[in-house]
Amino acid sequence: MAHDTHDIHRSRAEFEFIKKKRAAEMRGQLTSFAMMIFLTLIAFTLVAADFSNYLIVPIILLLAAIQVVLQLYHFMHMSNKGHGVMAFFMFSGMFVAFLTVLAMVTIVWW
Amino acid sequence: MDLNKRYTPQTWPDHPETATLEGKNKFVGFWLLLAAETVTFASLFATYLALKDKGPSGMEFSAAGLFELPLVFAMTMLLLTSSLTSVYAMYHMKNHNFKAMQAWLGITVLLGLAFLGLEIYEFNHYVHLGFGYTNSAFSSAFYTLVGTHGAHVVFGLSWFIALMLRNAKRGLNMYNAPKFYLASLYWHFIDVVWVFIFTVVYLMGVIG
Repeated sequence: MAHDTHDIHRSRAEFEFIKKKRAAEMRGQLTSFAMMIFLTLIAFTLVAADFSNYLIVPIILLLAAIQVVLQLYHFMHMSNKGHGVMAFFMFSGMFVAFLTVLAMVTIVWW
Repeated sequence: MDLNKRYTPQTWPDHPETATLEGKNKFVGFWLLLAAETVTFASLFATYLALKDKGPSGMEFSAAGLFELPLVFAMTMLLLTSSLTSVYAMYHMKNHNFKAMQAWLGITVLLGLAFLGLEIYEFNHYVHLGFGYTNSAFSSAFYTLVGTHGAHVVFGLSWFIALMLRNAKRGLNMYNAPKFYLASLYWHFIDVVWVFIFTVVYLMGVIG
Protein backbone atom coordinates (compact mmCIF):
# COMPACT_ATOMS: atom_id res chain seq x y z
CA MET A 1 0.00 0.00 0.00
CA ALA A 2 0.91 3.62 -0.45
CA HIS A 3 2.16 4.26 3.05
CA ASP A 4 3.68 0.89 3.89
CA THR A 5 6.87 1.10 5.87
CA HIS A 6 8.39 -1.50 8.11
CA ASP A 7 8.33 -0.77 11.79
CA ILE A 8 11.80 -0.40 13.15
CA HIS A 9 12.98 -2.46 16.08
CA ARG A 10 16.45 -1.39 17.05
CA SER A 11 18.56 -2.87 19.80
CA ARG A 12 19.90 -0.46 22.37
CA ALA A 13 23.41 -0.74 20.86
CA GLU A 14 22.10 0.02 17.36
CA PHE A 15 20.20 3.04 18.65
CA GLU A 16 23.25 4.40 20.48
CA PHE A 17 25.38 3.81 17.36
CA ILE A 18 22.99 5.74 15.10
CA LYS A 19 22.75 8.59 17.58
CA LYS A 20 26.53 8.88 17.71
CA LYS A 21 26.76 8.73 13.93
CA ARG A 22 24.30 11.63 13.64
CA ALA A 23 26.21 13.67 16.21
CA ALA A 24 29.41 13.09 14.21
CA GLU A 25 27.60 14.21 11.04
CA MET A 26 26.47 17.36 12.85
CA ARG A 27 30.08 18.15 13.76
CA GLY A 28 30.90 17.79 10.06
CA GLN A 29 28.15 20.30 9.28
CA LEU A 30 29.73 22.75 11.73
CA THR A 31 33.05 22.37 9.89
CA SER A 32 31.26 23.15 6.60
CA PHE A 33 29.70 26.22 8.21
CA ALA A 34 33.10 27.44 9.45
CA MET A 35 34.47 27.01 5.92
CA MET A 36 31.57 28.96 4.41
CA ILE A 37 32.15 31.84 6.85
CA PHE A 38 35.86 31.73 6.03
CA LEU A 39 35.24 31.79 2.25
CA THR A 40 32.81 34.72 2.67
CA LEU A 41 35.39 36.63 4.72
CA ILE A 42 38.08 36.08 2.05
CA ALA A 43 35.71 37.31 -0.69
CA PHE A 44 34.77 40.51 1.19
CA THR A 45 38.40 41.14 2.23
CA LEU A 46 39.65 40.80 -1.35
CA VAL A 47 37.15 43.40 -2.53
CA ALA A 48 37.83 45.74 0.40
CA ALA A 49 41.60 45.42 -0.18
CA ASP A 50 41.11 46.82 -3.70
CA PHE A 51 43.17 44.35 -5.76
CA SER A 52 42.99 44.31 -9.57
CA ASN A 53 39.54 43.37 -10.94
CA TYR A 54 41.08 40.71 -13.18
CA LEU A 55 42.37 39.00 -10.05
CA ILE A 56 39.31 39.49 -7.80
CA VAL A 57 36.47 38.47 -10.13
CA PRO A 58 37.62 34.92 -10.95
CA ILE A 59 38.61 34.29 -7.32
CA ILE A 60 35.32 35.44 -5.75
CA LEU A 61 33.33 33.49 -8.37
CA LEU A 62 35.36 30.39 -7.49
CA LEU A 63 34.80 31.00 -3.74
CA ALA A 64 31.04 31.32 -4.41
CA ALA A 65 31.07 28.04 -6.36
CA ILE A 66 32.88 26.22 -3.52
CA GLN A 67 30.41 27.62 -0.99
CA VAL A 68 27.45 26.45 -3.09
CA VAL A 69 28.95 22.96 -3.36
CA LEU A 70 29.23 22.88 0.46
CA GLN A 71 25.59 23.98 0.80
CA LEU A 72 24.29 21.44 -1.72
CA TYR A 73 26.40 18.44 -0.69
CA HIS A 74 26.52 18.95 3.07
CA PHE A 75 23.64 21.17 4.24
CA MET A 76 21.21 19.78 1.64
CA HIS A 77 22.67 16.23 1.94
CA MET A 78 23.23 15.72 -1.80
CA SER A 79 26.26 13.59 -0.90
CA ASN A 80 23.99 11.07 0.88
CA LYS A 81 22.66 7.87 -0.69
CA GLY A 82 19.61 8.11 -2.96
CA HIS A 83 20.38 11.57 -4.34
CA GLY A 84 21.44 10.50 -7.85
CA VAL A 85 18.24 11.72 -9.51
CA MET A 86 18.39 14.95 -7.49
CA ALA A 87 21.95 15.58 -8.68
CA PHE A 88 20.78 14.97 -12.27
CA PHE A 89 17.97 17.55 -11.82
CA MET A 90 20.30 20.12 -10.30
CA PHE A 91 23.09 19.68 -12.85
CA SER A 92 20.56 19.95 -15.71
CA GLY A 93 19.25 23.14 -14.12
CA MET A 94 22.77 24.50 -13.68
CA PHE A 95 23.62 23.67 -17.32
CA VAL A 96 20.61 25.64 -18.59
CA ALA A 97 21.47 28.39 -16.10
CA PHE A 98 25.01 28.59 -17.46
CA LEU A 99 23.79 28.80 -21.08
CA THR A 100 21.29 31.53 -20.14
CA VAL A 101 23.92 33.68 -18.45
CA LEU A 102 26.43 33.05 -21.24
CA ALA A 103 23.90 34.05 -23.92
CA MET A 104 22.83 37.26 -22.19
CA VAL A 105 26.35 38.34 -21.29
CA THR A 106 27.73 37.77 -24.81
CA ILE A 107 24.72 39.31 -26.58
CA VAL A 108 25.62 42.73 -25.10
CA TRP A 109 29.36 42.27 -25.68
CA TRP A 110 29.54 44.64 -28.66
CA MET B 1 0.59 2.60 7.93
CA ASP B 2 -1.13 5.31 9.94
CA LEU B 3 0.57 8.62 9.22
CA ASN B 4 -0.37 9.91 12.66
CA LYS B 5 1.16 6.95 14.49
CA ARG B 6 3.18 7.97 17.55
CA TYR B 7 6.91 7.37 17.47
CA THR B 8 9.73 7.38 19.99
CA PRO B 9 13.37 8.16 19.20
CA GLN B 10 13.95 4.38 19.24
CA THR B 11 11.29 3.56 16.63
CA TRP B 12 11.79 6.68 14.46
CA PRO B 13 13.28 5.73 11.03
CA ASP B 14 16.74 6.95 9.95
CA HIS B 15 15.32 8.95 7.05
CA PRO B 16 11.77 9.92 8.05
CA GLU B 17 11.55 12.37 5.12
CA THR B 18 11.63 9.50 2.58
CA ALA B 19 10.23 6.65 4.70
CA THR B 20 6.73 6.87 3.16
CA LEU B 21 5.78 6.92 -0.51
CA GLU B 22 4.22 10.34 0.01
CA GLY B 23 7.50 11.58 1.48
CA LYS B 24 9.52 10.08 -1.41
CA ASN B 25 7.26 11.72 -4.00
CA LYS B 26 7.48 15.11 -2.30
CA PHE B 27 11.23 14.76 -2.05
CA VAL B 28 11.70 14.07 -5.80
CA GLY B 29 9.17 16.73 -6.80
CA PHE B 30 10.79 19.31 -4.58
CA TRP B 31 14.28 18.82 -6.01
CA LEU B 32 12.76 19.18 -9.48
CA LEU B 33 11.30 22.50 -8.34
CA LEU B 34 14.70 23.61 -7.03
CA ALA B 35 16.29 22.77 -10.41
CA ALA B 36 13.60 24.87 -12.12
CA GLU B 37 14.20 27.69 -9.63
CA THR B 38 17.88 27.58 -10.55
CA VAL B 39 16.89 28.38 -14.15
CA THR B 40 14.48 31.13 -13.02
CA PHE B 41 17.21 32.86 -11.05
CA ALA B 42 19.71 32.33 -13.87
CA SER B 43 17.47 34.30 -16.23
CA LEU B 44 17.26 37.12 -13.67
CA PHE B 45 21.03 37.07 -13.10
CA ALA B 46 21.62 37.08 -16.88
CA THR B 47 19.28 40.06 -17.30
CA TYR B 48 21.01 41.90 -14.46
CA LEU B 49 24.49 41.26 -15.90
CA ALA B 50 23.40 42.44 -19.35
CA LEU B 51 21.77 45.62 -17.98
CA LYS B 52 24.21 46.46 -15.18
CA ASP B 53 24.93 50.21 -15.05
CA LYS B 54 22.84 50.74 -18.22
CA GLY B 55 20.12 53.35 -18.51
CA PRO B 56 19.27 56.74 -19.96
CA SER B 57 22.23 59.03 -20.65
CA GLY B 58 23.17 61.15 -17.68
CA MET B 59 22.00 58.47 -15.25
CA GLU B 60 23.59 59.28 -11.90
CA PHE B 61 23.44 55.82 -10.31
CA SER B 62 25.95 53.03 -10.82
CA ALA B 63 26.61 49.83 -8.88
CA ALA B 64 30.02 51.09 -7.74
CA GLY B 65 28.56 54.29 -6.29
CA LEU B 66 25.43 52.78 -4.77
CA PHE B 67 26.22 49.55 -2.92
CA GLU B 68 27.75 49.49 0.54
CA LEU B 69 29.61 46.42 1.75
CA PRO B 70 29.05 46.52 5.56
CA LEU B 71 25.26 46.15 5.19
CA VAL B 72 25.64 43.35 2.64
CA PHE B 73 28.16 41.61 4.89
CA ALA B 74 25.71 41.71 7.82
CA MET B 75 22.91 40.33 5.61
CA THR B 76 25.19 37.56 4.36
CA MET B 77 26.17 36.51 7.90
CA LEU B 78 22.52 36.48 9.03
CA LEU B 79 21.38 34.29 6.15
CA LEU B 80 24.38 31.98 6.34
CA THR B 81 23.86 31.47 10.08
CA SER B 82 20.14 30.83 9.54
CA SER B 83 21.14 28.10 7.09
CA LEU B 84 23.16 26.42 9.87
CA THR B 85 20.35 26.75 12.43
CA SER B 86 17.97 24.97 10.05
CA VAL B 87 20.56 22.17 9.76
CA TYR B 88 20.39 21.95 13.57
CA ALA B 89 16.58 21.78 13.34
CA MET B 90 16.80 18.82 10.93
CA TYR B 91 19.39 17.15 13.15
CA HIS B 92 16.86 17.19 15.99
CA MET B 93 14.07 16.12 13.61
CA LYS B 94 16.08 13.00 12.78
CA ASN B 95 16.57 12.37 16.52
CA HIS B 96 12.79 12.78 17.00
CA ASN B 97 13.27 15.69 19.36
CA PHE B 98 10.29 17.87 18.45
CA LYS B 99 10.85 20.68 20.95
CA ALA B 100 14.50 21.18 19.99
CA MET B 101 13.52 21.18 16.31
CA GLN B 102 10.85 23.83 16.89
CA ALA B 103 13.31 25.95 18.91
CA TRP B 104 15.95 25.86 16.16
CA LEU B 105 13.33 26.63 13.52
CA GLY B 106 12.27 29.58 15.66
CA ILE B 107 15.86 30.88 15.68
CA THR B 108 16.01 30.35 11.90
CA VAL B 109 12.85 32.43 11.46
CA LEU B 110 14.24 35.24 13.66
CA LEU B 111 17.48 35.38 11.66
CA GLY B 112 15.47 35.36 8.43
CA LEU B 113 13.32 38.24 9.69
CA ALA B 114 16.46 40.22 10.60
CA PHE B 115 17.77 39.64 7.06
CA LEU B 116 14.46 40.78 5.61
CA GLY B 117 14.46 43.90 7.82
CA LEU B 118 17.91 44.88 6.51
CA GLU B 119 16.81 44.31 2.91
CA ILE B 120 13.73 46.49 3.37
CA TYR B 121 15.94 49.17 4.94
CA GLU B 122 18.35 48.92 1.98
CA PHE B 123 15.63 49.20 -0.71
CA ASN B 124 13.95 52.05 1.18
CA HIS B 125 17.30 53.86 1.39
CA TYR B 126 17.90 53.52 -2.37
CA VAL B 127 14.39 54.72 -3.23
CA HIS B 128 14.93 57.80 -1.05
CA LEU B 129 18.14 58.51 -2.96
CA GLY B 130 16.06 58.52 -6.15
CA PHE B 131 17.05 55.02 -7.30
CA GLY B 132 13.51 53.71 -7.84
CA TYR B 133 12.31 50.69 -9.84
CA THR B 134 11.67 52.79 -12.96
CA ASN B 135 14.89 54.83 -12.69
CA SER B 136 16.79 52.84 -15.33
CA ALA B 137 17.21 49.43 -16.94
CA PHE B 138 19.85 48.82 -14.27
CA SER B 139 17.49 49.64 -11.39
CA SER B 140 14.69 47.44 -12.79
CA ALA B 141 17.06 44.49 -13.28
CA PHE B 142 18.52 44.98 -9.79
CA TYR B 143 15.18 45.19 -7.96
CA THR B 144 13.72 42.29 -9.93
CA LEU B 145 16.66 39.99 -9.14
CA VAL B 146 17.20 40.91 -5.49
CA GLY B 147 13.46 41.44 -4.92
CA THR B 148 12.60 37.97 -6.26
CA HIS B 149 15.12 36.55 -3.79
CA GLY B 150 13.53 38.65 -1.03
CA ALA B 151 10.10 37.30 -2.01
CA HIS B 152 11.53 33.79 -1.63
CA VAL B 153 12.72 34.72 1.85
CA VAL B 154 9.20 35.94 2.72
CA PHE B 155 7.71 32.71 1.39
CA GLY B 156 10.26 30.53 3.20
CA LEU B 157 9.61 32.32 6.51
CA SER B 158 5.81 32.04 6.07
CA TRP B 159 6.26 28.34 5.31
CA PHE B 160 8.32 27.72 8.46
CA ILE B 161 5.89 29.69 10.64
CA ALA B 162 2.84 27.90 9.18
CA LEU B 163 4.44 24.48 9.76
CA MET B 164 5.50 25.35 13.30
CA LEU B 165 2.04 26.63 14.28
CA ARG B 166 0.02 23.93 12.51
CA ASN B 167 2.07 21.09 14.00
CA ALA B 168 2.71 22.62 17.43
CA LYS B 169 0.37 20.18 19.18
CA ARG B 170 0.82 17.24 16.84
CA GLY B 171 4.48 16.51 17.48
CA LEU B 172 6.59 14.77 14.85
CA ASN B 173 5.05 12.02 12.76
CA MET B 174 5.44 10.44 9.33
CA TYR B 175 2.96 12.95 7.93
CA ASN B 176 4.77 16.17 8.84
CA ALA B 177 8.44 15.07 8.91
CA PRO B 178 8.79 15.37 5.07
CA LYS B 179 7.16 18.82 5.24
CA PHE B 180 9.70 20.13 7.74
CA TYR B 181 12.53 18.58 5.75
CA LEU B 182 11.46 20.21 2.45
CA ALA B 183 10.99 23.62 4.06
CA SER B 184 14.57 23.42 5.32
CA LEU B 185 15.81 22.39 1.83
CA TYR B 186 14.03 25.46 0.44
CA TRP B 187 15.76 27.63 3.04
CA HIS B 188 19.20 26.29 2.05
CA PHE B 189 18.39 26.97 -1.59
CA ILE B 190 17.58 30.60 -0.70
CA ASP B 191 21.05 30.82 0.84
CA VAL B 192 22.60 29.28 -2.30
CA VAL B 193 20.99 32.03 -4.41
CA TRP B 194 22.18 34.70 -1.95
CA VAL B 195 25.79 33.48 -2.26
CA PHE B 196 25.61 34.40 -5.96
CA ILE B 197 23.75 37.66 -5.26
CA PHE B 198 26.36 38.93 -2.80
CA THR B 199 29.17 37.84 -5.13
CA VAL B 200 27.81 38.87 -8.53
CA VAL B 201 25.64 41.88 -7.61
CA TYR B 202 27.34 43.44 -4.60
CA LEU B 203 31.01 42.43 -4.60
CA MET B 204 31.37 42.64 -8.40
CA GLY B 205 29.24 45.81 -8.28
CA VAL B 206 31.47 47.60 -5.79
CA ILE B 207 34.64 46.97 -7.82
CA GLY B 208 32.87 48.38 -10.88
